[in-house]
Amino acid sequence: MAKQRVKFTFPETLVTEPLIYELSKQFQLVTNIRRADVTADRGWVILELEGDMPEIERGLTWIADKGVRVDPVEGDIVEG
Amino acid sequence: MSYATALRCRECGREYPIAPKHVCEYCFGPLEVTYDYEAIQKAISRESISKGPESVWRYRDLLPCDGEPVDLQAGFTPLIRAQNLGEALGLKRLYIKNDCANPTWSFKDRVVTVAATKAREFGFKTLACASTGNLANAVSAHAARAGLEAYVFVPSDLEAAKLLGSNIYGANLVAVDGSYDDVNRLCAELGDKYKWAFVNINVRPYYSEGSKTLAYEVAEQLGWRAPDHCIVPLASGSLYGKIWKGLNELAKLWLIDSVHTKMSGCQAQGCSPIITAYEAGTFNVKPVRPNTIAKSLAIGNPADGYYTLKIMAESGGSGAAVSDPEVVEGIRLLAESEGIFAETAGGVTIAGLKRLIAAGKVDKDELVVAFITGAGLKTQEAVADALPEPLHIQPNIAAFEEALSRRQAVAATSGAVS
Repeated sequence: MAKQRVKFTFPETLVTEPLIYELSKQFQLVTNIRRADVTADRGWVILELEGDMPEIERGLTWIADKGVRVDPVEGDIVEG
Repeated sequence: MSYATALRCRECGREYPIAPKHVCEYCFGPLEVTYDYEAIQKAISRESISKGPESVWRYRDLLPCDGEPVDLQAGFTPLIRAQNLGEALGLKRLYIKNDCANPTWSFKDRVVTVAATKAREFGFKTLACASTGNLANAVSAHAARAGLEAYVFVPSDLEAAKLLGSNIYGANLVAVDGSYDDVNRLCAELGDKYKWAFVNINVRPYYSEGSKTLAYEVAEQLGWRAPDHCIVPLASGSLYGKIWKGLNELAKLWLIDSVHTKMSGCQAQGCSPIITAYEAGTFNVKPVRPNTIAKSLAIGNPADGYYTLKIMAESGGSGAAVSDPEVVEGIRLLAESEGIFAETAGGVTIAGLKRLIAAGKVDKDELVVAFITGAGLKTQEAVADALPEPLHIQPNIAAFEEALSRRQAVAATSGAVS
């Protein structure tokens, strides 16, 4: 089993959708939220995903395709 | 022995022992080094610092390292009174902190000398980073100096010239195919998997402390006082926050009287998530996809964006975002008025300063320090098309004078038009 820390950023259109719930239903993933800030027009959630690495990757591709931005919790790693 | 006592989470305050670790296990917040300031106060004075080496290591009591420094003499760069630029902008006391004068020509040498020293102390054999330029150069050079192996990850569409500045030091260069976001995610995963010192991942808490030395130097070079106003380019926001931390540490240690400094930050409009949040009056930074010539500032998801906005509010500073043509104009203005050829980030700083003055955010009587973080030879393509062609002549005086009067006539015409 692998673990990955990620940050999801939700646009206004998706902020009311239960996408983290769906992520854990549709994929064999345990989602563990650590910090979040969600308002009516946007939101971010920092969480850990636990599962097989290919399943984590499939889940992240699925949620990104839905329109959620997926980033490392560290922010941008590539610096100038 | 260093005076670093622990790593503390900036979000929940939990503490961890000094180790190669960057994220709080509990809330995934970023970790920062804490110090025993009482002990530091007993150990240092203005006099003891002034006897130190002319590099960042003169402030070693305020850095989190125990081991022998991996030292290319980064830091102690010139603080120049910019009389000409000040007059052009209407400022009475403008200074330029010229960090072009570092071993690999950018401020990244400050952070990497600390990261490399700490990495060696922790027993790492490999120094690594993901970068589009300056950081890669600094990591490659310091790894060479320390006898460490270097792995440098770059986006595969990076210009060939930018690779050379790392390649020359014998680093392992890895070009990664994919979008900017893909490269970011891959490098975060690599940082988890390999037992390397990734300077801005697992040793980031130590690495970023190197930026504090900019504040120490400026205060010392001004005769032990804080500036009234700092103008800082913003990428992740780390440099900005560490300048603020550095000034406040000096006040805490009674090395300067007080910190009344306004901290202002500048970004390019093509990547301005922090300034956009500032202008919207929120602390929530919305990530963007960068599209600007100021590539060394092109961080669309800035790790320290929130903290930057807090400091901006606390210090009474402001923010400005500038267009790419303004960046070029800023580079030229600094070069033509002060003889300093900065990279695009410097153009952002000068153009941003100009905007802040126009908006009434910088007072003409303030003692202002603008931070120039890297040299222009690294980003020549940004300004090449904006510069006049040289005069091409045959080797005789008549040809020279004819070409010169042609040039002067063109200048007079364009001057009349504008």
